[in-house]
Amino acid sequence: MSTTRQLRGGTRWALSLNAFLVYLFFYAPIALLVFYSFSDDPLVGRWGGFTLGWYRDFGENQEVQNALSVSVKVAIISTLVSVVLGTMAALALERYRFRGNRFFDALLYLPVIVPDVTMAVMMLLFFTEGLSLVNTVFGTNLAKGLATVSLSHIAFSISFVSIVVRARLNGMNEKLEEAAQDLYASRWQAFRHVTLPQIMPGVVGGGLLALTLSLDDVVITQFVSGPGATTLPVYVFGLIRRGVSPLINAVSVVMLAASILLVVLSLVAQRARGESAA
Amino acid sequence: MGEGLSDQSLADYAGVSAVAIEGVTKRFGDVVAVDNINLDIADGEFFALLGPSGCGKTTTLRMIAGLEFPTSGSLRIFGDEVGTLPPDKRPVNTVFQNYALFPHMNVLDNVSFGLRMKGVEKKSAATQAREMIELVRLDGMEKRKPSQLSGGQQQRVALARALVNKPKVLLLDEPLGALDLKLRQDMQHELKSLQRELGVSFVFVTHDQEEALTMSDRIAVMHDGKLLQVGTAEELYDQPVNRFVADFVGQTNLIDATVIDDEMIALANGTKIKAPNPYPGGTKVAMSLRPESISIGAPEDVPEEFRPTSLHGVVQEMNYLGHSHVYTVGVDWMPLEVRTNATPTSIKYEPGTEVAIWWDRRSDWVVPDEGYSS
Ligand SMILES: Nc1ncnc2c1ncn2[C@@H]1O[C@H](COP(=O)(O)OP(=O)(O)O)[C@@H](O)[C@H]1O
Ligand SMILES: [Mg+2]
Repeated sequence: MSTTRQLRGGTRWALSLNAFLVYLFFYAPIALLVFYSFSDDPLVGRWGGFTLGWYRDFGENQEVQNALSVSVKVAIISTLVSVVLGTMAALALERYRFRGNRFFDALLYLPVIVPDVTMAVMMLLFFTEGLSLVNTVFGTNLAKGLATVSLSHIAFSISFVSIVVRARLNGMNEKLEEAAQDLYASRWQAFRHVTLPQIMPGVVGGGLLALTLSLDDVVITQFVSGPGATTLPVYVFGLIRRGVSPLINAVSVVMLAASILLVVLSLVAQRARGESAA
Repeated sequence: MGEGLSDQSLADYAGVSAVAIEGVTKRFGDVVAVDNINLDIADGEFFALLGPSGCGKTTTLRMIAGLEFPTSGSLRIFGDEVGTLPPDKRPVNTVFQNYALFPHMNVLDNVSFGLRMKGVEKKSAATQAREMIELVRLDGMEKRKPSQLSGGQQQRVALARALVNKPKVLLLDEPLGALDLKLRQDMQHELKSLQRELGVSFVFVTHDQEEALTMSDRIAVMHDGKLLQVGTAEELYDQPVNRFVADFVGQTNLIDATVIDDEMIALANGTKIKAPNPYPGGTKVAMSLRPESISIGAPEDVPEEFRPTSLHGVVQEMNYLGHSHVYTVGVDWMPLEVRTNATPTSIKYEPGTEVAIWWDRRSDWVVPDEGYSS
């Protein structure tokens, strides 16, 4: 017996309409964004004929290029570090029972639920105090910049990575690690040859999540970045305040394309792992 | 036995147990999983750890493997105290329950894993692995992933993966538990002949008494973390040390009784039966009578010499099993199972018939009723 209920004509029609409206709501803004990024008119929302000019501007504008390069650097650094630390945290919490295990467990979720603004203020305070302390003690002249932005991105990404990796670890047969040890693997070898390949989809997924979060973040970055450490989203945010131009559309379309590419990559990566594990 | 041993060390091994367990206890918090057991497993022996689920078999095996450390006691492998030595430092390998094959590796990589970890160079590891894969008759499957194999084939991979390392002792945790009956019986034979061929000690965990009886040189019966009895299949079957072993190993009728003197016991209804026993008068005991050692016949047909070991009853049920008839005979206070060979000439007794049952005095066995340790 099929469990799918037969829908009567009216209901079915209403549901279809609902789905259509939802998709329209999702994708109409994207379509508009893309559409006007090709419009040869300095005012957003007015069609002035087709042009690739805004994309040329994007390529030639030194400020945009600087912001882009900061974004990419921060994203790569924070992803790499948070993947390593987040995976290690997941392993520690999942595989070892130690005092305070549950407490750390709860603490790990905190950055996920703390509002961005709160996180941003905490980070700002922490870096301001921290840097002035370091500068007084060591006589240095450190200031906020690429490093502080990267550190704060690492701080919030670790939680996400370790949550994703833990889900994967949880589903893994832990007898596999014992089997590896029984077959003369040291702890490190057991991790390297058995555990890591098993949790790889989680690690890759967590990494892509960290990458996306880092490339997206405006609020926290704005608080902790210094001069010369403006990321692309923060730059766009600044542009808007100065007045909207279709250059923003072009930048946004590029960011959108990058995000879509990341999602596709993650799907492909997980598909490939899934097949080789099946 | 390992390859590179000199004659001298071979001589040293003579008489040394493969595994010697002395006063080993394992606690998990309040749970005593293994309770002060003593066990010697000889080199080249097929040894079974038998007992119901939760009795501590797996824990015992894991302590030998080094995956669990004893709370107290001594554990030696070929004379060397292994105590808290980690698993990768012990000359034993394990076939895990449900196999624990590495899902992301193909058969060849699974089997050569142990050799690779020991530092054997890749080509030579592959060659040895292939030989082992051939031995368990999986040639041609080297490139398959575990998920592309049947349960029986996975079982062979697990076996090959352990044996390729030439362990001095192979530990197997319910290795046939996941297989269906026919395959299980085939694998029992294969395992047994493999063990004979290799001459390695096998320590085999099972809750299936029939499996333990058919395969093992010796069997240890466990219950509630305690070791009740160690012996050959015949010893366990014919001379169980207590009620639990009698009941668990093979099928039997356990008749409550009280000792009168060293020759006689009184059954629950007062019937006095000749049953030599070592217990003081008044001891509560159980008499174990195997269904196949009981004869059945008309009440007037009881042979003279079996009169002191006979009872009267009524047939309650009769089942024909092809090669035998299984009767349920109600004596005064309990039903007894009786099994007779079914031959063309044998008489059948229909339900309701009054019958006598009798047995040879040497085929009953009196066990203490209370306390599981002897
Ligand atoms: N890691 C563990 N932590 C707590 N209790 C355990 C652990 N392993 C086994 N036990 C307990 O020890 C007892 C024996 O278990 P086990 O050796 O697995 O039995 P068997 O293999 O005979 O079924 C059981 O009561 C089980 O619950
Ligand atoms: Mg078990």
